[in-house]
Amino acid sequence: MADLSAKNLAIEEETIAEKGASIATPRQLMWWKFKKHHVAMVSAIILILFYVVALFSDFVGPYNPEKTNAKTKFVPPQAISFINGEGKFSLRPGVYGLIEERDPETLRRTFHVDKSVWHPIYFIVRGDPYKMWGLWESDIHLFGLDKESDGVIFLLGSDRLGRDMVSRIIHGGKISLSIGLLSVFLSLILGIVLGGLSGYYGGMVDNIIQRIIEFIRSIPSLPLWMALSAALPPGWPQTLRYFGITLILSILGWTGLGRQVRGRFLSLRNEDFVLAARLSGARDFRVIIQHMVPSFMSHIIASLTLSIPGIILAETSLSFLGLGLRQPVISWGVLLQEAQNIRTVALAPWLMIPGLAVVITVLAFNFLGDGLRDAADPFGR
Amino acid sequence: MSSAAVKPETKTKTDTLLEVQNLKMHFPIYNQGIFRKRVVNHVKAVDDVSFDIKRAEVLGLVGESGCGKTTTGRAVIRAYDPTAGKILFKDTDKGQVDLAQLSREEMRDVWKNIQMIFQDPYSSLNPRMTLEQIVGEPLKNYGILDGSALRDRVAELLRLVGLRPEYMSRYPHAFSGGQRQRIGIARALSLNPQLIVCDEPVSALDVSVQAQVLNLLKDLQGQFQLTYLFISHDLSVVRHLCDRVAVMYVGKIVEIASTDDLFNNIQHPYTEALLSSAPKPDPRARTKHVALQGEVADAANPPSGCYFHPRCRYATDKCKSDTPALREVTPNHWASCHYAEELDLSA
Repeated sequence: MADLSAKNLAIEEETIAEKGASIATPRQLMWWKFKKHHVAMVSAIILILFYVVALFSDFVGPYNPEKTNAKTKFVPPQAISFINGEGKFSLRPGVYGLIEERDPETLRRTFHVDKSVWHPIYFIVRGDPYKMWGLWESDIHLFGLDKESDGVIFLLGSDRLGRDMVSRIIHGGKISLSIGLLSVFLSLILGIVLGGLSGYYGGMVDNIIQRIIEFIRSIPSLPLWMALSAALPPGWPQTLRYFGITLILSILGWTGLGRQVRGRFLSLRNEDFVLAARLSGARDFRVIIQHMVPSFMSHIIASLTLSIPGIILAETSLSFLGLGLRQPVISWGVLLQEAQNIRTVALAPWLMIPGLAVVITVLAFNFLGDGLRDAADPFGR
Repeated sequence: MSSAAVKPETKTKTDTLLEVQNLKMHFPIYNQGIFRKRVVNHVKAVDDVSFDIKRAEVLGLVGESGCGKTTTGRAVIRAYDPTAGKILFKDTDKGQVDLAQLSREEMRDVWKNIQMIFQDPYSSLNPRMTLEQIVGEPLKNYGILDGSALRDRVAELLRLVGLRPEYMSRYPHAFSGGQRQRIGIARALSLNPQLIVCDEPVSALDVSVQAQVLNLLKDLQGQFQLTYLFISHDLSVVRHLCDRVAVMYVGKIVEIASTDDLFNNIQHPYTEALLSSAPKPDPRARTKHVALQGEVADAANPPSGCYFHPRCRYATDKCKSDTPALREVTPNHWASCHYAEELDLSA
């Protein structure tokens, strides 16, 4: 035996393994490939930033998003300036004061920049009190004006009740960004269980599940969402309503995923390595968990990422139509709903900025999904 | 390995290890309705095939693409559930069992003794597992070895097939086709099986690597007295490795004999055509080329009489109507041709 193996060792020295001395795991290969996709990398960074900001929304937002101020309605976005009130350069950024004027003809209130008054912006500053994650009281904000200052900082303007748009968009992100993740997670469970049943057992089970999927997919989605959200009891508290909407979105969202999982199961069932696993004495459960699921999981994660924007858009559309979440809950859809009148479009276009947040998030998720999908199969031959 | 591989049985070539009797593997063709599928016809991929393999013998199964040789191999190992027939296997633990009758759970025990080497070394190894996991999986699943003993055994197996044990923690993508096939062989050997179904183990490899893998298979066979059902379309490979050869055409065995006998004393026109179509390495050794005309017959709709008659240059009216039986033309040389005695065939 010894001489036999020595002989065999000698024959094959044309090794690929020889060249790269270190061992790359599949995960490393995926990461290397993903890193090459620059747009996806940038998108991933943007999304991480968005989620971190949403997580610390109370701290990052300069104001309490509910705080109204009758004197500062419809303030346009303020510019940050490094030239202080005395006309001198200052390293510390600041915002100028505002002078309120009334147009003598239209009686419209307008704001003008008063360059003689300059309010410096401080970082890590005391401001409106809040309760961090409902756990402890604090009044520290990432940035803002001095507590004693009589100025205001509305970097993205204020709305009809004088509330700060920056804080509102940041707080809206909490709901709009999390509803996508939560709903996709529910879709994932439904999709893998039902798609897996369909693909692994086939036959009658497959037939029934596929017909259900076709039925759900054939219903126009917007009227169906509307009907389902109308069915939510109006007396429900907002948190319950939020979960209700999440559930509705995922009940309709799992179908595409279910089909993908089924297709993967069908194709993997006939792969040689699955047969090899069975011949190696692996039972059904082990074949599925150890061999089949890992080989399509990366694709599923990629396509999940691609389906998050759809859900964020769905929540936004529902809330925009007044069927999803409502005031006083803040989501991007709710904010956009407030902007849906001609007065806003004509006189206060900055109220539509939440739409930009939606667009950036959706695009970022799409690019991230693309990148993940490309990286998902590092063994592509 | 050395001690574990030697099984207590006698290793004479008269001891039949596997006996396949009238094996049929028919795949239904469906007509898709809205809710139900209707069976319209059957593809008779394997139709009434019988053969046996002695212990420590290598039986080659050759034929064109689509003749049912792979299906036969997969039915024997029960990757498919055969339509009819018996697969009698002498199991070390259970004695003689009919594999066609066993449930999947019972088959799980038999797979300790029957393993398979796959054609495609790329799709037969799970890309997300290391060599250690791949080669060690059978040992782990059957609860034979664990921990450091498993590692030692995997290292031993890798050395045996000519791979460095240090490669154990690498993934299959780091290896060439030939090396991957060696990994597949190590996995098949891990349980010391009695029978290994080799499903075209070298046809996906470069010619230069083919010889190495073939020699490895041959060495291992000699060393551990392994029994192979060796499926191939390459006659030179079969000639090199096999003790006996069965030629298949459209789901049936048309000729079966010992390798020397088959290559020197052809009894079936299809074998002649197959042999003459194989390329010869010597350019001066030009023989008359018996070209095969037409297509391989459709296994769902085979021709009447002898399945080979539309392509056979010796065919007569009798061949169109009567199906020839597989009969012993000369001792231990079976062929299914009406004119096996009259024809003087050479390749």
